[in-house]
Amino acid sequence: MPPLGSLSQDLDRRDFDWYADKLVEILVFAGGFSAIILILGIFFFITREGLGFVFSSLDIVEFFTSPRWRPTSELNATYGAFALMAGTASITGMAMLIAVPFSIGAAVYIAEFAGPRSRETLKVLVELLAAIPSVVWGFIGLTLMNSLIIEVFDVPVGLNILNAGLILGLMAAPIMTTIAEDALKAVPDHYREAAEAMGATKWQVTRRVVIPAAKKGLAAAILLGVGRGFGETMAVLMASGHAINIPGSIFDSVRALTATIAAELGETAVGSEHYRALFTLGIFLFTITFVINLTADIIVRGTRKR
Amino acid sequence: MSDTGGGGSLFAATARDLDNRKKQARYRGVFLGMTLLLILPVFLILAVLISRGGPILSLGFLFTYPSSGMTAGGVFPALLGTIFLVTAALVFSVPLGVAAALYLSEYAADNWLTRLINLAIINLAGVPSIVHALFGVGAFVLFFGFGTSILAASLTLAVMTLPVVIVSTRESLQAVPRAFREASWSMGATRWQTIRHIVLPNSVSGILTGVILEVSRTAGETAPIMFTGAAFFLPFLPQSVYDQTMALSLHLFVISTQVPGVPDALPYGVALLLISIVLIMNSASIALRMVLRSRKKW
Repeated sequence: MPPLGSLSQDLDRRDFDWYADKLVEILVFAGGFSAIILILGIFFFITREGLGFVFSSLDIVEFFTSPRWRPTSELNATYGAFALMAGTASITGMAMLIAVPFSIGAAVYIAEFAGPRSRETLKVLVELLAAIPSVVWGFIGLTLMNSLIIEVFDVPVGLNILNAGLILGLMAAPIMTTIAEDALKAVPDHYREAAEAMGATKWQVTRRVVIPAAKKGLAAAILLGVGRGFGETMAVLMASGHAINIPGSIFDSVRALTATIAAELGETAVGSEHYRALFTLGIFLFTITFVINLTADIIVRGTRKR
Repeated sequence: MSDTGGGGSLFAATARDLDNRKKQARYRGVFLGMTLLLILPVFLILAVLISRGGPILSLGFLFTYPSSGMTAGGVFPALLGTIFLVTAALVFSVPLGVAAALYLSEYAADNWLTRLINLAIINLAGVPSIVHALFGVGAFVLFFGFGTSILAASLTLAVMTLPVVIVSTRESLQAVPRAFREASWSMGATRWQTIRHIVLPNSVSGILTGVILEVSRTAGETAPIMFTGAAFFLPFLPQSVYDQTMALSLHLFVISTQVPGVPDALPYGVALLLISIVLIMNSASIALRMVLRSRKKW
């Protein structure tokens, strides 16, 4: 009988390939885990730069209610972000007014009405719409849309909520269309077949069966579109007029949270109060988009489990 | 039996059926109209950019420096800078993104950690570009001490576009049938041997479409590089990754908003160049995807 030691050696199959396999497992795990590290890193580093402001000079009430964003005032710098929030909200609202009906409509057409060939073509075109860089959209807003709005509505300035909202609506529409279409496609075909067997037309099936069954996915699509709108920077900076203003009409120029950071960060000294205030705006933006994305994810997960 | 036409046949359309059909046609028309209205701007924008910026585009425009305070001349340093930034961003994001996708597709169990990783990826994609810029400043420029440089800017871009690589790679990995893997495992291959010799060769072109898509996204980004490494104007080319660089996207922003007296055609030309690069990359990615789909063996 051979000694026990040599038997366990025979069974030991840990050759080079075994170790290579373990090594790769560790490496790819590190890759996957890096996503968590990066999202925490983003939060950590923007908080690290902004925290000094949050705890020393930030007046929470002023931040949320005062429209006076005067960080460069020599005597009495004030950091009221209310007008900036109103700017972001009004542009995003305007954008959703356009993007929600159009992208849901497009999704319904692509998912329910279009034939296989035209579906492919339309999806490709929607993808191309999504590919246009935001700085090019901003440039279009600054030039074409600006003169178009001045001419059509006979207003002195064409860089306003309407302009930025239209641009942002077109930018948010592709992702909303894609997600909404996925949600409609995820409705099982036997739902449609059952309704069609009862003599319902395609439109009746869509309205009474498919859309109600997909409503959570559609809600997630709209939420993600809102998130897009909140976070868009260059296009909004260039097309909104960038004037601190609590808007009274869609022809007023406004200033967005994102655009404020983009326009002012270059002019501040690292570590100054103004610089830290801009990072505080960043924390605010990060928190809002995080909540929006989380909510959308929870809604989508809910539909998948069903 | 009430006869509403069709000679009394049981299956003849009633007035109500006809009404429903009419409604159906009308709604179909409305939705088609909405879809087309949504897509129309792509062509309008392209048409305007080509008509106003087209005449200025030439080889000379691509290969000369801006002159007279950026009101004349070409875009050479900006074009080259965009190529540098995109290449450097790919160097960081592709290995990391492919590794993450391999983990999620080939290794990860369906547990809380995997859900957390997926949630992180979704949020990484949803973080506003200007917040990525702040992160780039706080982390790469200041904390790691890279300064405003190509290195800091491309790392920021890499973090921002990482979700694109992960999601598209994971999709093409998961398109490889499970039976392929099982056949390999049953021959005694390790997990890595299976990935290396079976999964990756069968998904590499799918991964490539995702990478091309990422190139297109990265080339157009402006906000993340504004404060991390892209400069308004530089009289010479960067010498190392620690230098700043010009970039096409920022160049368009600068000459259309910050520089007075720029002739009209110039920004249109730059916008046309930028959108051409992006759309060509996107079309290439879409075309590759279609070829792959038609060639698929399983």
